[in-house]
Amino acid sequence: MPISEWFQKKEKYTQITPGAKKRSVPDGIWSKCAECGEIIYQRELLKNLRVCPTCDFHYKLTVGDRLNLLLDDGKFKEFNASLSSTDPLNFVSEKSYFDSLAQSKEKTNLVEAVITAKGKINGRSIIIAVMDFRFIGGSMGSVVGEKVTCAVEKATEDKLPLIIISSSGGARMQEGMFSLMQMAKTSAAIGRFKKTNLPYISVLTNPTMGGVTASFASLGDVIIAELGALIGFAGPRVLEKTIKQKLPKGFQTAEFMLDYGQVDLIVHRKELKATISKLLDFFVGEKQ
Amino acid sequence: MDFEKPVVELEIKLDELKKSLSVAKPEIAEEIRFLEDQINKLRKRVYTNLSSWEKLQIARHPDRPRALDYINLIFSDFIELRGDRLYGDDPALVGGPAFLENERVMILGHQKGKDIKENVARNFGMPHPKGFRKTKRLMSLAEKFHLPLICFIDTPGAYPGIEAEKHGQAVAIAENLMKMSNLAVPIIVVNIGEGGSGGALALGVGDKIFMLENSYYSVITPEGCASILWHDETKASEAAEALKITAESLMELNIIDGIIKEPLGGAHRDSEFVARNLKKVLVENLMELKNFSVEKLLSNRYRKLREIGVYAKNR
Repeated sequence: MPISEWFQKKEKYTQITPGAKKRSVPDGIWSKCAECGEIIYQRELLKNLRVCPTCDFHYKLTVGDRLNLLLDDGKFKEFNASLSSTDPLNFVSEKSYFDSLAQSKEKTNLVEAVITAKGKINGRSIIIAVMDFRFIGGSMGSVVGEKVTCAVEKATEDKLPLIIISSSGGARMQEGMFSLMQMAKTSAAIGRFKKTNLPYISVLTNPTMGGVTASFASLGDVIIAELGALIGFAGPRVLEKTIKQKLPKGFQTAEFMLDYGQVDLIVHRKELKATISKLLDFFVGEKQ
Repeated sequence: MDFEKPVVELEIKLDELKKSLSVAKPEIAEEIRFLEDQINKLRKRVYTNLSSWEKLQIARHPDRPRALDYINLIFSDFIELRGDRLYGDDPALVGGPAFLENERVMILGHQKGKDIKENVARNFGMPHPKGFRKTKRLMSLAEKFHLPLICFIDTPGAYPGIEAEKHGQAVAIAENLMKMSNLAVPIIVVNIGEGGSGGALALGVGDKIFMLENSYYSVITPEGCASILWHDETKASEAAEALKITAESLMELNIIDGIIKEPLGGAHRDSEFVARNLKKVLVENLMELKNFSVEKLLSNRYRKLREIGVYAKNR
């Protein structure tokens, strides 16, 4: 089925309010910050967008929380919600890919590691893709590649700004070369989008690594790193093994990437929506 | 290589027998013929049933022909152009214009060394960002002067190092992918040895993708995959099998367009044989691609990428 047809079938879109979904509140009322050791009241952590009030450590957000944070009233129209991974290589390691998929679906209540949708940011319509690290490490296989590509094409066709929030360990090994080629596919779609005069804002959240960093996530007109995010191509373990020495402190953090000119700016989660909105104002001009 | 042992043992025996001959003796000549016959049979048996892991060993063979070997055997008047115009040159990647018969082309390739010294200089064919940016610059030149692009892939992967991360390994690869997907000249890609992940793909977007018979192409090294998914690096041969990295598997999965024949035992046994096969494929495909308008070429290339991926439409 050609891609264009998916977009024509408007009745397939479902409107979901992420706030209505079950929130995954960690067990217990109090928890200890993994970074600074401060005891935090859970309700306060949630109210603070899962950022430690003491040390500003940014905990990972679920895709639902992220959409809620960025989109007006937390409302969006999802595309391709039912696309799901098969197991094209019948991949079995210590456990089978099939089981990993089933477990991730069960754990996250998601179909795959990305949600793509149309929504509004301060009244302006945008196309957005948000990755969720909980789903097999936010890895990119055929479905993530396809959904991101469709979202980019949708933004190109509908002449809307594109926002992608990445959070990924990289390509999904269990789909072999199909995964690697998603890097080329998504980058090709971004290349077409770049012929328009619409902005693509790429937001790198903790962590963004490997094949996702080495494709669409690094091709933003503006690249924002969320405070404290780990960003890079090779993972720290692979690096340490190759160079046979400990990595310097702060290596591959957002701050490090800023110092070396790899990202435009670092933004605190509280400021993320406002910053994106302001950039859109600059690049697109007045809202219609 | 372990699996070659029986063949090599017989070859040595034959050599010794030949050397011991000062005058031709009919009964020994008979034995020699018998032995040669045995070797050929054994060779065929050993090399036609190679596992993925064994093929990978051939792809990594120290004597395997490198990009520059094929460039010298197939093309004429190659001029190497160097440097990224930003901060350096990367000997792990080579490139420049040349003639393929009478056609002007631009060649890019990963380049490994022939010995330890050259391998250290060329970082075992593992590029840094400056290498990818050099190739991106040469892609622009190819487009400007209407030179079809021919890419030879042969790398264990993009180099995982501190300098590489500082200078934007990820961005450098991503920009090559975007550039190639939209480059207004024909692109033919041939994997001649190792197709290691993103570092390989950074020269790998094209209109036609070929692999030499014993080359491999993988999203991650089997060793890396084994250590992550099996928690045991010695399970690399299982990982190699599971990842479907051989030319044969990738042909079945429709990731590549064709397989280029190598002699029994691998390309290093007869590089001229491989070069002839390779040249034929390059010339034929270039002629075919030259018939397309730029618009058609680019829309076909996009559609080709667009179709890669397997998924279900219902959860």
